[in-house]
Amino acid sequence: MKIVVCIKQVPATNEAKIDPETKRIIREGLNSILNPFDTYAIEEGVRIREKFGGEVIAISMGPEKAIEVLREALSLGVDKAILLSDKEFAGSDTWATSYALAKAIEKIGDVDLVICGKQAIDGDTAQVGPGIAAHLGWVQATYVMKVEDIQDGSIKVRRMREDGYDICEMNFPAVITVLKDINTPRIPSLKRRLAARQAQIPVWKPADIGADTDKIGLDGSPTRVVKTAPPPAKKNVAKRIEGTPKECAEALVRELRMRSII
Amino acid sequence: MILTSVTDRSKYSNVWVVAEFLSDKIQPVTYELVGAARKLADKRSSKVWVVAMGSGISQQVGSLFAYGADKVIVVDDSRLSGFIDELEADVLARLIGKYNPEIVLYAATARGRALAPRVAVITNCGLTADCTGLDIDPENGDLLQTRPAFGGNIMATIRSSNHRPQMATVRPRVMRALEPDPDRTGEVIHETVEMSDMLKIKRIIDVFHSDETTVNLGDAEIIISGGRGMKGPEGFELLRKFAAKVGGAVGASRAAVDAGWIPYSHQVGQTGQTVQTKVYIACGISGQIQHLVGMQSCDFIIAIDKNPDTPMMQLADIAIVGDVFEIIPEIMNELSKM
Repeated sequence: MKIVVCIKQVPATNEAKIDPETKRIIREGLNSILNPFDTYAIEEGVRIREKFGGEVIAISMGPEKAIEVLREALSLGVDKAILLSDKEFAGSDTWATSYALAKAIEKIGDVDLVICGKQAIDGDTAQVGPGIAAHLGWVQATYVMKVEDIQDGSIKVRRMREDGYDICEMNFPAVITVLKDINTPRIPSLKRRLAARQAQIPVWKPADIGADTDKIGLDGSPTRVVKTAPPPAKKNVAKRIEGTPKECAEALVRELRMRSII
Repeated sequence: MILTSVTDRSKYSNVWVVAEFLSDKIQPVTYELVGAARKLADKRSSKVWVVAMGSGISQQVGSLFAYGADKVIVVDDSRLSGFIDELEADVLARLIGKYNPEIVLYAATARGRALAPRVAVITNCGLTADCTGLDIDPENGDLLQTRPAFGGNIMATIRSSNHRPQMATVRPRVMRALEPDPDRTGEVIHETVEMSDMLKIKRIIDVFHSDETTVNLGDAEIIISGGRGMKGPEGFELLRKFAAKVGGAVGASRAAVDAGWIPYSHQVGQTGQTVQTKVYIACGISGQIQHLVGMQSCDFIIAIDKNPDTPMMQLADIAIVGDVFEIIPEIMNELSKM
């Protein structure tokens, strides 16, 4: 089995604070992390390899700094890592990103399975996984909560849906995107971490993957961000209740009754 | 890459909604999308079309006209019963090529978020996920798509000027359906599924309906939601008792879910569910914007927190300053007296 895991370096948006003056995000001191959903994708790839053999390759597109998350993937058990990095890739939206990743997967060759996290926490789009599948013309399964079985060139997965789940079987090559439910990622050993620090990670440019430069970067992106603004203004006339817990509870219940809510 | 030039744009018209079906039942989000599409179509002096793909669904599409649709394309085929992403994407891409819509809206559900990016790649179109606002640029007619970005810390407005159709997904309960008008009628067009090789390589083996995998917060009238301030799984036990008392459902912030105190299926916010309940009681939730975008349309918001200055305490209709672990039992006491 040859498995590719697509990962992304993201800002730790949970920690983001807004500058009250400029209404912009304070980026200074904001850490970059491996997209949390991607750790589950890495773990699942490594588990499948441990059971069925083969190799797991992590790829990421981003600035040179993104090599950090590839080292993390190596420490978590992937066999190889490749970075797609070039100024021509900059500004790619999900269409162009999934195109570039698909071209890299073609270049790697003979890939059976691509695993992505459900979505990245900075964009939250969940579009790159299905985009890769569409560019490659492969089948896909998204919101995968369990890999049920792999045999004879096919994979059986449990997909979450709003009213439960389904069991879907598909032939390789295929793309899956995984939820946090799928596994519990391992903690890397010190030995692996040290080895990952030393690893040579190739950097691929558009020419290396045969990418059409009209389809990558800002020029290759159908969407444009035209404006950013702070989130909508909040209501600011909250009625405040203070006092002992009992007083608060009495006041709340009174308010709710006055408004016929209870 | 084929850039659709400005002269080409005139060939695209009408606003499409891809109807959302679950187990071949039309979902309310479809009516919400039709409501949003109606406003856009009126600004563009064009029509609202709905594409309904499923098995045995023909009888259900009549209601779409009452909610504002002008035309419905029905693709009713037993092969569309389960969700085969590739088959639905192929059908949709073919219909888009045939009828040239200007805008296509999808529900940002598990199905819609799998289908839309596939269609966007096949048709070479831009796609914006989880839009909370949709409008038409009065100057050039472009669709202006607003969505939370960067973990919800900013709102970004996105356009796709050089590509048609323009595509967006919208989460359930973000838009409001119009009041249905039972006298409204429209035209139904029937289309068929062409044989697809995809069916040979992908099969739905089984479907399981379960209450455990998804907590449908959308059906609740009251949500009792907890955040970091609940301190641990025991805190959520208290919220469960509170919810049972008032007949509500339990929600949670991402912080509480990430900490493992409660399953993801309870998460409210940009990466969880969007809710529009009558009452939302936020307990120990500071109110990261990514949480607020998922619950700010609730009719009546109550916040309980020690810190009076959090965004949630500012947003709330009633903000109770104090310790959730002391106040909630007292509220339950008070309610028992009634």
